[in-house]
Amino acid sequence: MASTIKREQTLDKLFSTITFSAAFLVLAIIVSIFASLFKESLTAIETFGFFGFISSTAWDPVREVFGAATTLYGTLVTTLLALALAIPVSLGIAVFLTELCPKFLKPIFGTAIELLAAIPSIIYGMWGLFTFAPLMGEYVEPLLQDIFGPIPIIGQLFSGVPLGIDILTTSIILSIMITPFIASIVRDTFNLTPVQLKESAYGIGATRWEVIKDVIIPHSKAGIFGSVIIAMGRALGETMAVAFVLGNKHAIATSLFDASATITVSLANEFTEADSDLYLSSLFYLALILLAMNFLLLAIAKTFLARKKKV
Amino acid sequence: MKKLLFSLLAFLLLQTTAFAGSTLNGAGASFPYPVYSGWAFQYQKDLGIRVNYQSIGSGGGVRQISNRTVDFGASDAPVTPEKLHKKGLLQFPAIIGGVVPIVNIKGIGSGQLKLSAEVMARIFLGKINKWNDPEVVELNPGLKLPAADITVVHRSDGSGTTAIFTRYLTEVSKDWEKAAGAGKSVKWPVGIGGKGNEGVTNYVKRVKNSIGYVEFAYAKRNKLADVSLKNREGAYVNASFDSFKAAAAGAKWEQEKGYYLWLVNAPGKASWPIAGASFILLAKDKPEASRQAIKFYDWAFNNGDEMAIKLVYVPLPKSLKEDIRKYWKQNGL
Repeated sequence: MASTIKREQTLDKLFSTITFSAAFLVLAIIVSIFASLFKESLTAIETFGFFGFISSTAWDPVREVFGAATTLYGTLVTTLLALALAIPVSLGIAVFLTELCPKFLKPIFGTAIELLAAIPSIIYGMWGLFTFAPLMGEYVEPLLQDIFGPIPIIGQLFSGVPLGIDILTTSIILSIMITPFIASIVRDTFNLTPVQLKESAYGIGATRWEVIKDVIIPHSKAGIFGSVIIAMGRALGETMAVAFVLGNKHAIATSLFDASATITVSLANEFTEADSDLYLSSLFYLALILLAMNFLLLAIAKTFLARKKKV
Repeated sequence: MKKLLFSLLAFLLLQTTAFAGSTLNGAGASFPYPVYSGWAFQYQKDLGIRVNYQSIGSGGGVRQISNRTVDFGASDAPVTPEKLHKKGLLQFPAIIGGVVPIVNIKGIGSGQLKLSAEVMARIFLGKINKWNDPEVVELNPGLKLPAADITVVHRSDGSGTTAIFTRYLTEVSKDWEKAAGAGKSVKWPVGIGGKGNEGVTNYVKRVKNSIGYVEFAYAKRNKLADVSLKNREGAYVNASFDSFKAAAAGAKWEQEKGYYLWLVNAPGKASWPIAGASFILLAKDKPEASRQAIKFYDWAFNNGDEMAIKLVYVPLPKSLKEDIRKYWKQNGL
C-alpha cells in the first residue's frame, strides 16, 4: 500500500516536472529570441541610437543610413486603419450571430467566418494583387477621389494617382483577415452573457437594441478588448499579404492612395540580399522594435484586463 | 500491405544513403536558379551526382560560402577582388542575363520606344514625369506619346536585377549616383515597389503609362513591351540573346581580379547596355569541394548551353569558358 502511494508521488512529481519544463521552454524561447535579436542589432543600436533610429526617415542601403520611422509609420497606419474597418463589422457579425440569426443559419455563417481565418495569408496577397487591387484602382478609388477630393484637408487623403497598390487597399485586406478573429471571440463572449441578465432586461421592457447596447456589450467588454488586441497583433505582424499590395515604399505617406512599407515586409524583402553588416543589423533592429512593440501591447492589454477584473 | 510499406521505407533509406556521399551543396542568387536546377537535374541523370542548390539570395550565398557552410556560393553581383582575397574565395561567371526596361503605354509595342541612358536616368529620378516630355519626344520622332504621368515601378526586395540596373544608371548619370547610387536595394526617388520579377511584371502590366525593369526572361515570357536603348557607341539596340552576347564578348574579363566586372554600358556597337553575369564563388581552402563544384560547371559549360537558351538565359561565350577553365587550373583545381 505504502509503496503504491510512494509510486504515485513519484509519478506526480515527474508529471509536474515535465509540465513545468514544457512551460519553461516557452519562456526560454522568448528570452533567447529577444537576446539574439538584441545581440544582432547591437551594431545598428550603436550607430543610430534609439530615438535617432525610430525618428529617422532615411532608408538608404547604398550609403548605409537607416531609420525606422517610415516602416513604423506604415505598420501603425495600416494596422489602425484595418482595426477601424474591422471592429464595427466584427461586432455586427457577432451581434447578428448571437442575437438575431435564425437557428438554421448559425452554423453556416459561423463556419464561414472560421474558414475566413483559415485562409493562408499568401492567398490573400495574391487575391489582393490580381483581383482586389485592380478593382480598387480602376473603380473604387477614382470614385472616392471624385467624392472626397474637392473637400479641403480631407481631400489630401485621397490625392495622387490611384493605382490600387496603396495603404487603403492594404488596410481593407488586413481588415478582412482580422475580422474572423474579432468576430469569433466576441461571439463567444456574447454567448457567455448570463441568460438571467438578458431576460430581466427584456422583462423590464427593454428593446432588443437596448439589451445589446446596455447589457450584452458592457458585459463582454473584456472579451471585445482582448479580441481586438489579438487582431492587432496579427495585423502588425502580417507579412505576405501586405508585401503584395502595399507597394513597399520607404516614405511617409500623406494620402491613402500612396504606397508605403511595413516592418515585416521590409524584413521579408530585404533580408536575403542584405550584404553589409550594418544593413543586416538594422533589419534585426527593426525586428526587435516590432517584437518590443507587440510585447508592450500585450502588457498593456493584460494590465487593463487585470484592472477590469478587480473593479 | 505492411510488407510493402517496409520495403518502400527501406528503399527510400537506401536511396538517400546512396546519394549522401555524392551531393554537391550550393546556395545563393535566385536569378540563375531555374537554369542551375535544370542543369542539376540533367547532371544527376547523367552522372548520378546530386546538386542541391538553394536560391536564398546573393547576399546569403556570399555569407554561406564565406562561412564555408556550402560547397559553392552564387551571387548576381560580382564580389570585389579585395573581399575575395579577404575571405579566401575564387570567383568566376557562369551564366549571363540581361535586364530590360519594360513599358505599358497604349499603342506602343516591343522595341518601339527609344530611350537614351540620360533620359532613362531622369525618368527614374522623377525629373521627367510625363511621356510627352520634350526629351522623350526628341528621341522618338513619329511615335505618338500620351500626355500622361509616368509611374515608375521598381523591385521592393533586394535583388541582383536591381544591382545591375542601378549600376547602369550610376555609370551613365552623375545625378543618379548622387541621388541613389548602385546596390541590390537603393533609395528610390520615385515609384512603387513590386516583389520579385513577377511583382514588377504584374504592376507594369496593370498600371497604365508605367515603366519598370525585369530580367529578360520575364519580359520575354510575359510578352511585355521592352524599350530600345541607346548604347555607349550611340547605336540603338534591342534586348536579345545576341546583344547580351555582344556585351559579354566585348568586355575585358580579368582573371586576376576574379572576373570582377560589371557588364553594364559595355563597349561594342551591338552590345546591350544593361547586361550582367551571375557568379560562382568557391572556397580556396576546400579544394575537394571546389573540385566537385567545377566538375559540375565544367559539365554545364559543355552540355548546358541548349538548356540555358531554352530557359531564356545567355550562355557564356566560348572564349570566356576557355579562360575560366585556365583560371581553375591556375588555382590548382
